[in-house]
Amino acid sequence: MKPRRFNMRSLILNTGSSLLLPLLVLFSLFLLLRGHDEPGGGFIGGLVAAAAVALKLFAEDYKAARDMLRVHPLQLVGIGLVLAAVASLPPLFVGESFFTAQWWSLDLPIFGELKLSTPLLFDIGVFLGVIGTVLTVVFTLAEAEHS
Amino acid sequence: MDLEVLVALPIIIPLLLGALSLTVLSNHSAQRWLGAIGTALLLICSVWLLLHTREVGIQVLEVGSWPAPFGIVLVSDMLGAIMVVLASITGFATALYSLKTVRKRFERFGYYPLLHLLLAGVNGAFLTGDIFNLYVWFEVLLVASFALLILGGERAQMEGAIKYVTLNLLSSALFLTAIGLTYGLVGTLNMADIAVKMASLEDQKMVTVIASLFLIAFAIKAAAFPLFFWLPASYHTPQVAVSAIFAGLLTKVGVYALYRVFTLIFTADTGFTHEILLWIAIFTMLTGVLGAAAQFEVRRILSFHIISQIGYMILGLALFTPLALIGGVFYIMHHIIVKANLFLVAGLMYRLGGSFELKKLGGLYRNHPGLAVLFLIPALSLAGVPPLSGFFAKFILIKAGVEAGAWWAVGIALLVGLLTLFSMIKIWNEAFWKASPEPNPAVPAPTRNALLYWTIGLLAAMTVCIGLFAQPIYQMAEMAAAQLLNPAGYIEAVLGGTTP
Repeated sequence: MKPRRFNMRSLILNTGSSLLLPLLVLFSLFLLLRGHDEPGGGFIGGLVAAAAVALKLFAEDYKAARDMLRVHPLQLVGIGLVLAAVASLPPLFVGESFFTAQWWSLDLPIFGELKLSTPLLFDIGVFLGVIGTVLTVVFTLAEAEHS
Repeated sequence: MDLEVLVALPIIIPLLLGALSLTVLSNHSAQRWLGAIGTALLLICSVWLLLHTREVGIQVLEVGSWPAPFGIVLVSDMLGAIMVVLASITGFATALYSLKTVRKRFERFGYYPLLHLLLAGVNGAFLTGDIFNLYVWFEVLLVASFALLILGGERAQMEGAIKYVTLNLLSSALFLTAIGLTYGLVGTLNMADIAVKMASLEDQKMVTVIASLFLIAFAIKAAAFPLFFWLPASYHTPQVAVSAIFAGLLTKVGVYALYRVFTLIFTADTGFTHEILLWIAIFTMLTGVLGAAAQFEVRRILSFHIISQIGYMILGLALFTPLALIGGVFYIMHHIIVKANLFLVAGLMYRLGGSFELKKLGGLYRNHPGLAVLFLIPALSLAGVPPLSGFFAKFILIKAGVEAGAWWAVGIALLVGLLTLFSMIKIWNEAFWKASPEPNPAVPAPTRNALLYWTIGLLAAMTVCIGLFAQPIYQMAEMAAAQLLNPAGYIEAVLGGTTP
């Protein structure tokens, strides 16, 4: 007898996930950008984004989730760490101490003032790092069940 | 102002390299290049930092421009800079050795990113001036070492790793408890600030309690008596390159931490703490070397010798005289290079002789005289035969012991030196001198070992140089010891003389 696989594929989840997914990704970006002054930030944003991919995994299958991410999750960790490390370097070029926060402000025609900073870059690094770490764990477990 | 960043480079370079090699995880040759060239770059920056520190004095970097007692500071004094250079040398040698010995399977599991992360953790621990940050770097290097230790997933590795992880977690918990108590007592985590505030406390009893907690925590990490058994249980199980970097560096981070806190912070009650340290040193020397005498596997013999050598380093701290501290620092410099090299030699012995067991080895001198010479240099240096580096290291320590009248310690140190020689001669007799047990080994020895020979030769040349040109090395150790004995210089460099 063929062993029965636990299958979560259902029409409701499938339809629901295609609606929820963009919302979750948007929400994770919102959390990431909000994080500087208010509750939020790269870590929690990364968790939400990873949850979005995990939802895809449950609603469809392992392959769909992998395709959605495009790169290997460990590579994502690497890119995140590079960004976080690079964020420590800009102050050196203006003669300030290592890791001192740098702020640049841009005036955009419609949106008004846009603030860019090294803490933001660091936070994006954390964001990617968290997504990568969580998905490495999730994918490893999914792969073990898959094969 | 500009050269301040030198202090951060030994941390940020391996971090960046590790992250970069993670992004090219499937590209093996890119990872190898990043490993070799990156560690070479790290070595250059470390030497630069050491030279700069020697010229200008203690270097302090306030991370993120947060002023000293509040933010995290990175401090490079002579001891820290020397340790960073040693770590970079070991890292470079290991990366070179890994090029030829680490299998693709391990590379795919992230061998190189872990190696870089380990180096970042080690260098971070050597450079930080903040006690909680020290804990964080300890954890960084431990996490990396856990993963490196079980890379390959063999049964023996798992068994060793369980002991390693359990005892190290216990030690981390004690360390964290001690930090918590310290913070509760003086309300600061900056080591220089702690030193100032601890000294002005009326009730010194609590200080001694905290000192004992730090002592136990770091002694476990340094594999000192009596909680050393995690080391011989685990160090012979991973890849040879991993064993070499562990043997060279990890326990020395514990020794460094002991040196740092017991010269900077806990100097009020030396009659109590340093007396304990003295007995720890004696027993560590003795149990390590006796353990080695009972072993017949090359890497296990070498692992037990790490323990006995740790005893010598702690002895330097325990005697707490200028000469003894010079001897201790000199010993660390000599030991890291020699010990990492011996493990690399053991790896080559395995490649050429087919085993780590002394019974199965033999005839290496007849077949590979070059390797025999390269074994003898670090082995005799470890035993303390002149004119190699180990002789001067032991000589300074024993002279300091005689001056301090610590006769027990002197006697044991001499005896342990003799037993170390015995141990090394045992390896020599069995692996190199006696005839090969099987006349024609069935396995053809792998060729293309030139890079491995070069790596080992490079480290052996350093050992010889430390012995032949002992004077400049001695001067550096002397500067380091002088800074350790006069913590006011360190405190002023960090706090800028603005202390209340």
